[in-house]
Amino acid sequence: MTETTAAVVEIDHLSKRFGSLAALDDVSLTVRPDTITGLLGRNGAGKTTLMQTITGQDFPTSGQVRVFGEQPIENAHVLSRISFIKESQKYPDDFKPKHVLACGGWFYENWDADLAEQLVEDFQLPVGRRLKRLSRGQLSAVGVIVGLAARAPLTFFDEPYLGLDAVARQTFYDRLLADYAEHPRTIVLSTHLIDEVANMLEHVVVIDRGRIVMDEPAEQARDAATTVVGPRGAVEAFVAGRRVLHREGIGGLASVTVERLSPDERRNAEACGLELAPVSLQQLIVRRTSADPRVAAEQEVLS
Amino acid sequence: MIDDGKPIFQQIAEQIENDIISGALPEESQVPSTNEFAAFHRINPATAGKGVALLVDDGILYKKRGIGMFVASGARERLLSRRRDSFHADFVLPLIAEARKIGISPAQLVQLIATEGEAP
Repeated sequence: MTETTAAVVEIDHLSKRFGSLAALDDVSLTVRPDTITGLLGRNGAGKTTLMQTITGQDFPTSGQVRVFGEQPIENAHVLSRISFIKESQKYPDDFKPKHVLACGGWFYENWDADLAEQLVEDFQLPVGRRLKRLSRGQLSAVGVIVGLAARAPLTFFDEPYLGLDAVARQTFYDRLLADYAEHPRTIVLSTHLIDEVANMLEHVVVIDRGRIVMDEPAEQARDAATTVVGPRGAVEAFVAGRRVLHREGIGGLASVTVERLSPDERRNAEACGLELAPVSLQQLIVRRTSADPRVAAEQEVLS
Repeated sequence: MIDDGKPIFQQIAEQIENDIISGALPEESQVPSTNEFAAFHRINPATAGKGVALLVDDGILYKKRGIGMFVASGARERLLSRRRDSFHADFVLPLIAEARKIGISPAQLVQLIATEGEAP
């Protein structure tokens, strides 16, 4: 995992347009080997388009994508090492989960049938029932099992758990972490449930309206912002001149979220009687991707 | 167990330190592996590894090749003396600040501590 290790995915000034819509707008990104990267963003932000382009299912309008050092489109050498678990995978009509799992070994060199069997038990998946008779959650479980048991060197999970309840999601996270620890590989996890996965991520990429708005180590993202709480006057004096991500207040109290504070600044704030509250990754991303910049500017003027 | 306030690797390191101080992890005993920490706390193994590495650099833990991580001898005493050094800043100053805020005088504070300290 040193800097010299070749990136698994290298994206250089990638754009993808659908008519007048820029689904991806000048995206540059690298994914390091043997990391778990979170690909986060709102619906329609471009996450799925990005993954489809990386996995050779979509042509870039401009720019370059390299996976394992090669371009991925119709490149068996690259694609055989990728597993892409989509939110809604289509299967042949008469297929049952056991058929899907039987296919695993044909396509994935590292397929682990024992792991698949274990996961079937963990998720209590009825392997003999036809796929179209499965519940939404059970269908998601099929995808999760394939994605994990494939042990592909590069694995994408795109919102893999629609319909999975909290217990089943926790099972997924636990099995993912355990198997990743035993068999390190490169995993990209795209999800809305940021708080649930935040601690598992090593790297965080946030995409908003087709652009990368955040690309940093998860540890760094965790303290990228702080909320300062206290009497309005004192808070305003402290945050003056800083970039404000969010502002709210009640009575004489103000709560203002600002970008990273140095240890000295933190001590300074505490000495002024201000309280500092951590900002979770989810809150940070909401702050950075929710507001139209103009609305944010207006709110600043109003408050 | 993991909160948002501090880097996770630092929290992992602190928890191991606490276990050494309490005696749950005696000197020369083996500490859980990075993967075990990762699974237990549901965190990225690299993060857990960073926490353990912090203590290795510090000489609190040491590595036996091919076996795992162990608590160094003398680790507990070193941690205790370090904690005593930071006790003033970590506990005494905030206590005094809070007492002042709500109108408890230093004399009353001393009285309170004496009474509580004597309690069984």
